[in-house]
Amino acid sequence: MIRVVLPHHLRTLAKTEREVALDVRGPVTQRSVLDALEARYPVLRGTIRDHITQTRRPLVRFFACERDLSLEAPDAPLPDAVAAGAEPFLIVGAIAGG
Amino acid sequence: MSGARVLVGTRKGAFILTSDGKRDRWHVAGPHFAGWEIYHMKGSPASPNRLYASQTSGWFGQQIQRSDDGGKTWEPVGNQFTYAGATGTHQWYDGTQHPWEFKRVWHLEPSLTDPDTVYAGVEDAALFRSADGGKTWEELPGLRGHGSGPNWMPGAGGMCLHTILLDPSDPKRMYIAISAAGVFRSDDGAKTWRPANRGLRSEQMPNPTGEVGHCVHRIALHPSKPRTLFMQKHWDVMRSDDAAESWHEVSGNLPTDFGFVIDVHAHEPQTVYVIPIKSDSEHFPLDGKLQVYRSRTGGNEWEALTKGLPQKDCYVNVLRDAMAVDSLDACGLYFGTTGGQVYASADAGDTWTPIVRDLPAVLSVEVQTLT
Repeated sequence: MIRVVLPHHLRTLAKTEREVALDVRGPVTQRSVLDALEARYPVLRGTIRDHITQTRRPLVRFFACERDLSLEAPDAPLPDAVAAGAEPFLIVGAIAGG
Repeated sequence: MSGARVLVGTRKGAFILTSDGKRDRWHVAGPHFAGWEIYHMKGSPASPNRLYASQTSGWFGQQIQRSDDGGKTWEPVGNQFTYAGATGTHQWYDGTQHPWEFKRVWHLEPSLTDPDTVYAGVEDAALFRSADGGKTWEELPGLRGHGSGPNWMPGAGGMCLHTILLDPSDPKRMYIAISAAGVFRSDDGAKTWRPANRGLRSEQMPNPTGEVGHCVHRIALHPSKPRTLFMQKHWDVMRSDDAAESWHEVSGNLPTDFGFVIDVHAHEPQTVYVIPIKSDSEHFPLDGKLQVYRSRTGGNEWEALTKGLPQKDCYVNVLRDAMAVDSLDACGLYFGTTGGQVYASADAGDTWTPIVRDLPAVLSVEVQTLT
């Protein structure tokens, strides 16, 4: 199972816990993980990536294994530790005040 | 038993304030959607327990929330707002052309007759409609298709479609207002639109009397006289008596004719309220005194209403969607401030009391009269 950590506001929107476990079939990539996440929680469609272009929203970041993966290609494989469920894939709201 | 339900949108969530018809004791519920910006909430006139809310975030985008129990519980419905056809460009702050980009829903206007039909005014300015209770949204492209879009420009708060008025006497007639494009009117159910800004004068524009480009902050009408409209423009309080074919100034003796809100008494179509704000660069009340001004003559002659409002050291603002009137026998007025106060008057503005004092900055106030 793939572990995904959601930021606070998306947890409350999806009415779920901080970390969710997803069954991802095929290669484990940003795209396949987000596809599985949105299939489980349709309310999250459009909140992490654009409805039409599927590009990451500008103030959302993706981290895992102490690396910033935000600028990686959507179909690039995620780290093995994420694919193995040893490390979570973190969806983070870019830090700013307010 | 009659009562009032005040829907308050703030920078950090939604609050619902309820009272019986006396309006002297209030119950405060919330925050709903804590931490999210709630630009606007409004109830369906056809089914008052059906509420819609615009929930938005710079990080995670737009959500539309819907309640069918008067705001006790909510359900996220649709959040996809896609412009129809070619996106096009509008004028940017520096005069260059800039592509239309959806940012948020500023205003939700439920149909007068169908609880599942609701209009949304958005930034960058466009008009959307849902006919399925907010699940799916389609742009009504005739407005941006009018042809003047390249001359629309954002105000300081963004290029927002912030006001939607439905004519209760003519289901085909609607008015909308955009900062900074101005007023537009449709007579065919929002298929086609034309500018309705004749008589406006804005010195900040290269052509002060141009067809579009005016920074209209708010327009209002009384349901019994829908051909009479009132406007708070960036500068100037204006009035039209011919369904926005033409406007004339009614600022009269106001201490400043800058402001954001304007509204009409529920039972007196010639009684109008504004809150004057100092200049267009300071954006707080004159001399630190928060004053509502009332005209009982449809403009020009204004009186200050101050009882119960702070008369020193008050430097809040009252944003354009943050005033509302109820229709109880003694008309009630409500407004919210950027300092988090929501003030209420149960006597048409003669006296005021804060319902709450310490909410997040208030973005919008609507009220439902419960019977």
